Amino acid sequence: MSTTARTFAEKLLSRASGREDARAGEIVTAEPDLYMSHTASWRCIKTLDRLPGWSLRHPDRIAMVMDHTAPARTAETAGYQALCRDFAAEHGIETFYDVDAGVSHVVLIENGHIKPGMLIIGTDSHSTIYGALGALGTGVGFSEVTAAWVTGTLWMRVPESIRIEVTGEIPPGLYPMDLMLKLIGDLTADGATYCSVEFHGDYVERLSVSERMTLCNLAMELGAKNGYVPPNEVTEAFLAEAGVEPGSYEVVLPDDGASYRRVVRVDCSDLTPQIACPHTVDNVRPIDDVAGTRLDQVFIGSCANAKYEDLVEAARYLRGRRVAPRVRLVITPGSANVMARAASDGTLATLIEAGGMVTNPGCGACAGDGGVMADGEVTLSTANRNYRGRMGSYHSEIYLSSPATAAASAVRGEIADPRELLPA
Amino acid sequence: MSATSTRLGGRCLKLGDDVNTDEIIPGRYLRTIDPAELAPHALEPLGEDVQRRLRESRVVVAGRNFGGGSAREQAATCLIGAGVQAVVAVSFARTFFRNSINTALVAVECPPAVAAVEDGDELFVDAEAGTVEVGGERFPFPPYPPELRRILDAGGLIPSLARDLREGA
Repeated sequence: MSTTARTFAEKLLSRASGREDARAGEIVTAEPDLYMSHTASWRCIKTLDRLPGWSLRHPDRIAMVMDHTAPARTAETAGYQALCRDFAAEHGIETFYDVDAGVSHVVLIENGHIKPGMLIIGTDSHSTIYGALGALGTGVGFSEVTAAWVTGTLWMRVPESIRIEVTGEIPPGLYPMDLMLKLIGDLTADGATYCSVEFHGDYVERLSVSERMTLCNLAMELGAKNGYVPPNEVTEAFLAEAGVEPGSYEVVLPDDGASYRRVVRVDCSDLTPQIACPHTVDNVRPIDDVAGTRLDQVFIGSCANAKYEDLVEAARYLRGRRVAPRVRLVITPGSANVMARAASDGTLATLIEAGGMVTNPGCGACAGDGGVMADGEVTLSTANRNYRGRMGSYHSEIYLSSPATAAASAVRGEIADPRELLPA
Repeated sequence: MSATSTRLGGRCLKLGDDVNTDEIIPGRYLRTIDPAELAPHALEPLGEDVQRRLRESRVVVAGRNFGGGSAREQAATCLIGAGVQAVVAVSFARTFFRNSINTALVAVECPPAVAAVEDGDELFVDAEAGTVEVGGERFPFPPYPPELRRILDAGGLIPSLARDLREGA
């Protein structure tokens, strides 16, 4: 093993901090390329009041997306959103997406704001998702984004890395969500705390960017600082489609022989559908253990699993079928683009004809904005968290699954194995 | 007085493993960033008895992965609003640890101290000496790196930056 070989995180944070060779464990002062703030943007703006004589260092690196409670349901929320709107206009912040756009992560990725090799901080823990394009994205508090607006810098610890190698063909009815739930169950919710999680292997190389987003998004539920999939021709094609110039980014790849805290090898050819049970994401069981659990609501949404491909998969299981009586199927597209695509090719019609309620794009029920539960109710959700009370009553329960399992379960009215309803 | 040069502590509330951010401060209360307004809702999903004991405590003691989940900074500041001066855990989730340092809530990973303390006991943290004190016994923890200590001593990231701006640094 070469002693000079470096991981993705070591190389990227060396570059972003102007250091020649920053190593795992060191604290560096990094210059992020993008500061994403979502619903928390108003908190950042109000925090500026505590900074005498502040000015914005790089307004072109600020990206705001009004996603969690959109459109506003209270005058108070509307006021916060107006504050952000006015602030962006006044300070020339061009990357401002309003309440119609969708979930921040999906919106920024599909509109070409995220490129390989970038360092991105966000006021949302699932900022790990930007690794789907070979960037280093990580969640921080709103004070940190405020400070970065003013200074352009942030303290960061160079993380140790975990290498996950996934090989094989995933069977029909199985999806990246099943793979991630299996990994989270096996490695636990703090299995990668403070670590950079790199996904490698032939299975990963073949994945679409949408599927890579699910991997890197759920890496957060291992406690990771960031997730990462090495960019390849799939990435290049996606970026070209999103209007990113090929010469406008620099791909960062880990060196052969880099040092990993742990290497995990998974063969996904014998994977079965996985379910995260209440009230932690690492309380994962194979579907056979929980099939038959009665459901009141099914939610297909969130930054993890409400991209165009996810809605198409859900529609395949719902085509020509009906949602079970007494079950509410809530479908919240990840973005306005996703919704428009799904509308133009008939996917939305299929979902609606089956009895699904399609809402405006955004975070929706995942963030407890609509689709909340009463005492004793149970939801199966495609989101990334199932914490107690996250979707309403503290005495309700959330299970997590892939969009296919969610769709099949909506038809049955209970947690159901999607392989029993495989589309033709 | 600064967070790392003062002996902090008092009565503790002891919690278990994997207490997540939605349990520390549910998303529905993120409409404010005022610690005093957040405090009445801190740990609400864990029930009234836990909340009553929190109000009587100066330290929260927890097991593994305290503060897992959301990046919400209010998870740290709601505890500050409730009068908590320090959190001592077996381990922290990354974002909770960052938010603690950045809001000057002393967060210390010290598994032997967690094992030694019972709910309602007194516990003190001396960040300068790098020790957690339980019933006369002292348990060491690794000192904060200078970069983090500077933030803690200024009262958090924003006060630290405000000072730099005032001094024209």
